[in-house]
Amino acid sequence: MKYHKDTMEIIFFARGGQGAKTAAEIIAQAAVLEGNFVQTFPNFGPERSGAPTKTYLRISDKAIRTKEPVVDPDVVVVLDDTLLSSQKVTEGLDRNEALIINSAKSPHEIRDLIRFDGKIHAVDANGISMAIVGQPRPNTVILGKIIKVTEVVKLKSILEEFRKIFEEKIGKENCEKNILAIERAYDAI
Amino acid sequence: MLIKDKKKLALTGGYAAAYALKQIEPDVMPIYPITPQTPIIETYAKFVADGEVETEMIEVESEHSAMSAAIGASAAGARTATATSSQGLAYMHEMLYIASGMRLPILMVVAARALSAPLSIHGDHSDVMGSRDAGWVQIFCENPQEVYDKTIIGMKLAERVGLPVMVIMDGFNTSHSVENLEILDAKIVKKFVGEYAPEKSLLDIENPVTYGPVALQESYFEFKIDQEVAMATVAEEYKKIAKEYAEISGRKYALFEEYDLEGAEKVLVLIGSVAGTAKDAIDVLRKKDQKVGLLKIELFRPFLFSEIAIALKNAKEIIVMDRAQSIGSHPPLYSEIMVSLQNASNTKVSSIVYGLGGRDVFKKQIEQILEGRFREKYLS
Repeated sequence: MKYHKDTMEIIFFARGGQGAKTAAEIIAQAAVLEGNFVQTFPNFGPERSGAPTKTYLRISDKAIRTKEPVVDPDVVVVLDDTLLSSQKVTEGLDRNEALIINSAKSPHEIRDLIRFDGKIHAVDANGISMAIVGQPRPNTVILGKIIKVTEVVKLKSILEEFRKIFEEKIGKENCEKNILAIERAYDAI
Repeated sequence: MLIKDKKKLALTGGYAAAYALKQIEPDVMPIYPITPQTPIIETYAKFVADGEVETEMIEVESEHSAMSAAIGASAAGARTATATSSQGLAYMHEMLYIASGMRLPILMVVAARALSAPLSIHGDHSDVMGSRDAGWVQIFCENPQEVYDKTIIGMKLAERVGLPVMVIMDGFNTSHSVENLEILDAKIVKKFVGEYAPEKSLLDIENPVTYGPVALQESYFEFKIDQEVAMATVAEEYKKIAKEYAEISGRKYALFEEYDLEGAEKVLVLIGSVAGTAKDAIDVLRKKDQKVGLLKIELFRPFLFSEIAIALKNAKEIIVMDRAQSIGSHPPLYSEIMVSLQNASNTKVSSIVYGLGGRDVFKKQIEQILEGRFREKYLS
């Protein structure tokens, strides 16, 4: 996917506790490793487990100064397809821009639900995560898909960053399983 | 947090402050949590627990006690720091005057936040503007990088001038936004701030002194004049320390930032994180050949009236944006700018209050303001 502005702007829709912030920070950190400028922040509020959340991510080759929330995203990531009924996830997206969604539904089924003309990339991140890791970890698994679609950073940088953060926390074996799941999401059509 | 590579980091303003404090490694940090400051002390507590610093962290039962303990530690001769926000800063209020009146070089990082009621945990400058007459130096930051840099500069400044210093970031907008951050080698920071050797201290029993005694009618006044005299040295010392800091970091700070002021007829004056959004708006308008610029205030106390008057002398129109009110009077920054410009009667100056309780500000709105298409008192 090509940038059509100076800065790639992404909005993550999720529920409190699903780890959208962690996902955005992993991409941000990988982008910094590659020498880019980043900014990520949640739509500030008292976070409640399960309540809808929005997280913003900007990546650019120039310093990012603005503090405004993202209003014209290039890509929207949805971590939970039950949000489609209550959140206007495609607001600000045009037909050349993309929606990436964690869902077992097909892009066709999702299109029927939200009437959106742009590209829809559905990936069953929960399914992949359950099959490989044995736990639902859609937030990191979906990173594979985000990177495949947006090309904002290399898959290698994401995996390097993931190892740095999680190897100590969850152990080498578990970490490698998660990485396999990210790669699977990257390759999923 | 996550990152091992010291040169290339992406961190929040809160983490940036904690990192700078870690490298300064104060002797004592009395702490009490409050949103949105909590990540600062939480991160620092981890450094302590992991044995990365030897700071004595004192978990107290309120902000009033946090500042009281900071005063005690600092008077005893310890390099002392703390952090707070909003109601916490308000609750410290009486102790703030005691810290400054005793001339204690305490460093306090503030993640500025709205005041209740109604309850809001979000960013604005109401809390720190409420402390503007408390005798503390007030340094404002635009982004996490400035927070890191000015925390280090602020510690050195406090000890150089013998006054307490607040380093202020916008709650959430800066404290919780992950951005690129360059940090210095810990040894370089330690050398820059140096060993703290107070001239006098309570624990120097060879040279006994008294802190905070009663001062009757014949001496109280002089103590207060002395604080003003000390404050008058701050700008020069800040410039010197900022210059030394530029030598070790490559990052330059001045008393205020002038952005596209050269040839600007219409000038925005504001403080804090919204400056970033304003710079983007100015770039848009400059491309359309509009003569607009920005003056970003960094030191609010002391306020640099004559320097600011010189910086604004060619402006035909000035719009001052405040993120706080002074209910019953003009907003705080606007009042100071009006005083700065008392001899410039041809300049049109207007006031806009924005961002109270965390209300977002968009680039398009700042463009409207600069193009004269927004003429309200409140950007609400």
